[in-house]
Formats: sequence, C-alpha cells, structure tokens
Amino acid sequence: MNGSRTLDVAHLPDIGFGDRSPLRWGMLAMIAIEGAGFALLAATYLYLRSRVPHWPPGVPPPSLLYGTLNLGMILLSAVPNEITKRASRRMDSAIAVSGLAICIVWALVLCAIRFLEFGALNVNYDTNAYGSIVWFLLGYHTTHLITDVADSMVLLWFALRGPLDGHRMVDITENAVYWYFVIAAWIPVYLLIYVAPRIV
Amino acid sequence: MSADPQPAQPTALDRERTELGATWAETPGWMGWLSAVDHKTIGRRFILTAIAFFALGGLLAVLMRLQLARPEQRLVDADLYNQLFTMHGSTMMFLFAVPVMEGLGIAMVPLMVGARAIAFPRLVAFGYWMFLFGGLFLWISFALNIGPDNGWFSYVPLAGPAYGAGKRADVWAQMITFTELSGLVVATSIIVTIFKYRAPGMSLDRMPIFAWSELVTAGMILIAMPAVMVASTALILDRLIATHFFNQAEGGDPLLWQHLFWFFGHPEVYIIFLPAQGMMSTLIQTFTGRPIYGYIALVLSLVSTGFIAFGLWVHHMFATGLPQVGESFFTAASMMIAIPSGLQIFCWIASIWRGRIQWKTPMLYALAYFFVFLVGGLTGVMLAAVSLDLQVHDTFFVVAHFHYVLIGGSIFPLFGALHYWFPKLTGRMLSERLGVIAFTLLFIGFNLTFFPMHQLGLLGMPRRVYTYPAGLGWEGLNLLATAGGALMALAVITYAINVVWALRRGTHAAANPWNAGTLEWATASPPPAYNFHPVLVVRGRDSVWTDPDPITVIGLSCARREVLITRVVDANLDHRFESPTPSIWPFITAIATSILFIGSIFTPWAVVWGSIPVAIGLIGWFWPGSKSAPQEPTGAVIRERLA
Repeated sequence: MNGSRTLDVAHLPDIGFGDRSPLRWGMLAMIAIEGAGFALLAATYLYLRSRVPHWPPGVPPPSLLYGTLNLGMILLSAVPNEITKRASRRMDSAIAVSGLAICIVWALVLCAIRFLEFGALNVNYDTNAYGSIVWFLLGYHTTHLITDVADSMVLLWFALRGPLDGHRMVDITENAVYWYFVIAAWIPVYLLIYVAPRIV
Repeated sequence: MSADPQPAQPTALDRERTELGATWAETPGWMGWLSAVDHKTIGRRFILTAIAFFALGGLLAVLMRLQLARPEQRLVDADLYNQLFTMHGSTMMFLFAVPVMEGLGIAMVPLMVGARAIAFPRLVAFGYWMFLFGGLFLWISFALNIGPDNGWFSYVPLAGPAYGAGKRADVWAQMITFTELSGLVVATSIIVTIFKYRAPGMSLDRMPIFAWSELVTAGMILIAMPAVMVASTALILDRLIATHFFNQAEGGDPLLWQHLFWFFGHPEVYIIFLPAQGMMSTLIQTFTGRPIYGYIALVLSLVSTGFIAFGLWVHHMFATGLPQVGESFFTAASMMIAIPSGLQIFCWIASIWRGRIQWKTPMLYALAYFFVFLVGGLTGVMLAAVSLDLQVHDTFFVVAHFHYVLIGGSIFPLFGALHYWFPKLTGRMLSERLGVIAFTLLFIGFNLTFFPMHQLGLLGMPRRVYTYPAGLGWEGLNLLATAGGALMALAVITYAINVVWALRRGTHAAANPWNAGTLEWATASPPPAYNFHPVLVVRGRDSVWTDPDPITVIGLSCARREVLITRVVDANLDHRFESPTPSIWPFITAIATSILFIGSIFTPWAVVWGSIPVAIGLIGWFWPGSKSAPQEPTGAVIRERLA
C-alpha cells in the first residue's frame, strides 16, 4: 500500500443535482416499482374487460365532471411544480419553499376533488369485478396523491425549520420529479376509468 | 512524493484509520444493535436469518419425506400436510432464496465495487426488519395452526373467500407484502450502489460479474414483485371487503390470479437463479486462477435472461386451456432461454479448459452445478413442450425438475459462494475437510432424493398428496427419496458444524486467502467498518490481479461518513456525499408497518389508523440530523504524500 500515485478528490462538491444525485436514482427505482404497479392494474382492467360482453357490465360509466376537472388541474399543477424544481436547482430557497407550499395547497385541492370522484364512479367496489378494478385503480392513484401531499408537508416543515442547505434543495428537486410521475400516471388511469367504458 | 516517505506514512495512515473507525462505528449497546446500518452487518443478518428459515423449511421437507416414505402412513394428516408443503415452498422461496441472494448482494456488492458504504443504508436496515417480521409472522401463524395451506402460489378459488375459510390465506398474502417490500427496498439500494458508488475508474465493463448479476436481479425485482403485491392485495380485498377480482360469478376471473402470480413467479425463479450465475463466474474465475472467459458474453447472457424471463410465465399455465397460439409463443420463449444459459455454460467450460483447477470446496460446488443444473435444464426443455407438460403436469416429475433447477442452479453455487466468502464475512476460514464432507453428502443425498422423483412422476404419482395406497409401484422409489433426504439433512448439519467450529477455532483469514482478483479481497478480512482506506482507483477488470500498485484516492474526510459518488457509466468522479448514520427509526418504522400489515388482515381501517405511526416513524427517520459541514479532509496524508 505504498501507492506512489494518488487522486485528490478534496475539490469535489458536496452535492449533485439531477442524475448526479444518488437520490435521483432511488427515485427512478421507486417510479419503476410504482409504474409497474400501474401497468399491472391497467393490464388487469383490460383483462377483466375482455372477459365480459358488455363494459361496463350493467352499470353506467363514471360521470365525467370531477375526473376531467382533476385531469385539467393536475396537468396545470406542472407549472408551480416546474417553478419549484428550477428554483431549488439554482438554490433559490425563497422561491423553492414558497413554490413547495403552493404545490401542497394545489395537491390538497386535487385530493378534495378526488374524494368527489369516488362518489361519481356510479359503481361500488363490491358491485362486480368492474367496480373492484375501477376502485383499485382510482384508490392506487389516490394513495400517490395522499403520500405526496404528506411527504411534501414534511419536507416543507423541515425546510422551514432549517438548515436549508443544498441537501434540502436536492430533496425538493426530487420531490418535484416524483410529482411529475403522479401527473403522468393520472393520464392513462383517466383514460381507462373515464374513456375506456365509453368506447366499444 | 518525498524521497523516503516509508517511516512516516504508516503512522499517518494508521491515525486516519483510527479516526475513520470511530466515524463509521455503530452505536454501542442494544439500541446500537437495533440501529445498525453497516451493510456488512445487515448483510450477515440477512444471510443468517435466511439460513435459519432454510433450516426450518428443510425440517418441513424431512417431515414430508418421512410421511411419504411408506404408503398409507399416518404420521401427519391431510390438513397438516397441506400446511407443510405450502410452508415449505413459501419459506424456501420468500424467506430463504430471495433474502439470502439479496443478503450476499448487500454484504459483497459495495466491497466488490470498492465503495465505503451501501446506498440508503437505513432503507436496507428497514428491509431487514421487514423481512424478519414477515418471516416471524408466517411461522408464528403456522405454530398457531393458521399456517397457509393452499400451496406457495395460493391459487384461487381455493384461497378465495368461498373455499379459504379462516385467516390462513390472508397470512400467506400478507407475508408476501412483508417480504416483497423488503425485496424492493433492498433492490433499490443495490441498484443505486452499483450505479453511483463504484470506485473511480470502475466503468460498467470493468465491474465484477457478480455485481452485474445482482444489478440485473435487482432490476427484475422492481418489475416483477409489484405483480405479486397487486395480486395478493386483490386477494385480501376479495376476502376482506368482498371485491370480485377473482369471482367468476361477478365478472372476475380465477385465471387472472394465475396470470398475475406467474408474471411475478417466473421471473422470481430467475431472481434466485441469476445471482447464482454470478457466483458461478466468480468461483470459476478464482479457482482457475485466470480472468473469466467471455466477460461480455456472460454479462449479455445475464441481461438477456433478465428480459426473456418476463416472457415465460404462461408455461406454468399450459394446463388451463389457453389458446394454442399463445401456448406456442410461450413454448418458443421457454426454449429460447436455453440460449443465454447455454452460452454461459460454454464460457465457463472454456474458462476451466484454459485455466488450472484448484480443487477447493467452493469449486466442487461449482462443478456439481454443471451436472445437476444440466439435468434440470434438460427436463425444463422437455416441460416447455405443451404435449409433454400436459402428461406430467402436477406430478412428481415437475417436483424433480424444479428442485434440480433451483437446488442445482442456485443452492450449489450459493453454498460454494458462502464457503468462498465466509472468510470475508467473518474473518475465519472454514475447514476444507468438513467442507468436502458436507459437499459429498449433499451431492449424493440430493440426487438420491430427487432423481427417483422423475420416475415417480412418470409412473403417475401426483404432487401434494399426503399419502398413497400400496401396490402402485411407488414404494421403493419413495423410500429411496426419503433416504436421500436424510443424507441432505446430514449435509446441512455438517455445514453448520463447520461454520460453528470455524467461528470458534477456525484459522484467521488473510485479506486474500484464495488469491482472487476482485476488489473485496483488497481489504482486510473482515473489512473495517469503512471498508477501504485509502479508496482505490480502478484501471481494469480484476484489479487485484492486474494492478498491484493502484492509484489511491486522497481527500475524503475521516471525520464524517463521506462516500465518493461517481458517474453511472464510466465511474468518473462526481461528488462527495455523506452517508447516513445509525438510526433506530428504521426499526421503529418497521414495527409500525408490521402492525399496519397484520391489522389489515382483520379490518380495512387498519390501513388508515396504522398509517399514522408509520408516518411518525418516517418523520423520525428523515429528521434533519446535524449534517456536519464538509471538513478540510485528510490533511496528514495529503501533506505527507505531496511533500
């Protein structure tokens, strides 16, 4: 171990954003896991659909209002989300933290609309297999809404409490990446729940 | 570099090692024991716990063999027998095979890639506790006569609300949630460790093949395990709140269960199998004393096996009356997987051909693989044909086949690898003499147990029957299989004696007792808490062999748990990162999560109120600690070396 040549790493920075951060890769793994969950639920939906002659079987399709409202709202939430993400990326803590707060309020509104959505599905989970999978799909996505709101609130709490350092900024960036996943997942789920029963 | 730095240098290095040792030490006391985050500690716990479950599962196998040794025995009744084979399969798959493979990955991968720590160590600790609690939950339930009894795949409608009265099927379904959650978080950590924690210069094409196999396995876990979690959740929902996923009468479909289960279940076989292929490459390389032949081909085989494994699941369902076109597709895919497997075997044969075999115990296990796995592979190709599959479906032929594949393809390499890495894990050498005895007993016992089962299956003996009448011509072969089972038990006992003896009296292991080429052998046995100091720069594959005087890293802090983050593909320097300190919160969170999981068997509201303690646990876990500011690093060595 009398190495004559050395590599000095003392000059390296203490944090890295984006795909330089281990956290990003952990986040991608989590998105892969949960994305696989969505894909399998979608496959289950289509499989059950292929087993019966009429779809939805014996019940009207879900009412469009709340789900579509949610679709519009969740797509628009990309705006504050992107602002927050960029602010944290350039270590602008004032905008990053207030952006995070706005995102939380926005997501709480989405949760409220989601609550109404369940009532507008026009089927219960124990009515038939169609009802079961529709509730499972919507419930699975709702779990993502709720957990994201919860962990955003904890993140905001930590940010306000301090220290508001680079690590916290990386956390806020990755939280925003996760929210993009929640947005992206809603599009196919919306199509399955609201559009699929209306096309033969 | 000064003219003569030798007298001063060790002292500076020693001082730094002392400081690093203090920085990376676990907290003392029983709280510290519950708070451990060192990947070597967690890895050892995973391996030890998994082996304990292996022993329990093996005990069940012995009971089953005793029951079947003679016709019309009354040692156990049908109900207990159903629990025995269900518990045996579930234990071996979920509580032994996957966790032990992951445990070795947790313990060895960070060392093999030259890292100071595993990524997300608290998550790995959480994964261990979830695994342990899930296993205890299953076995305590079994002890209370609520052990699952529907087979390790828990088919509906047998496991559904109409036939599966009581809580037995729920215990199985929730045990799945425990172990799969554990598997998923560990897979995440292994992937990130491999992508971001590799030593500088260890580009992906210089990475040890075992790390590659763990990477592909972890990727498969991410995609496969959600399937069984979706399935088991739907099963619990059907049973608890009367949903109709699998209820034919209300538009559900029992076959949906089989699709979801086997979309997980077949990749699961490869999740167990691929790390063992990595072990084979490792053992063959070390015990032939030269770099493995066909590195690129071996890596591509692992990756392509990982992909093809997702296109095979329907071959478990050939007897369910699926459309013939579909069956043909899955027959073709099932046969296609023989291509990468065959490629690997030819690479290994070429390696052995060109090298000189050292006849150590681990190599014996590796060589046994060729015979045992070949037999399992051949019957696999046979079973891929629908016509033959229909003939022997649900007979002992299938039991023989998958034990040849799983034990031959996984357990033999695993036992070899455990013998091989034992010095690195514990600092002691296993006895070669006892090792050879255990191997010989296992090899003979295994073939004696399972080879006759091929014939039993062809003679028509079905699986999962608790007894059989005399006069069918099955007696002799069954007795032979039971005798073989006794030898296997003896082999495992011998292995255990070897381990206990080595831990007490075994010779202390040198850093590189097998003269191997990969990085885990470049540090002490057992390695210090910080794994490497100095961290090494990698300039080629098997750098212990090819680079005896490596470039070393300076400038990492000794005062905080600093790890080096590198780029995904080429492992160029990126940044320094502080690894989390020990914490009790992963343990607390695991307890809270266990309460939620077990509660939700009884009431859906457990998910609601149970999530509150889980949230508290997570908040404590991520509570902003006093992240120390980056220190001016390692002054002593820098100054002395650059003087």
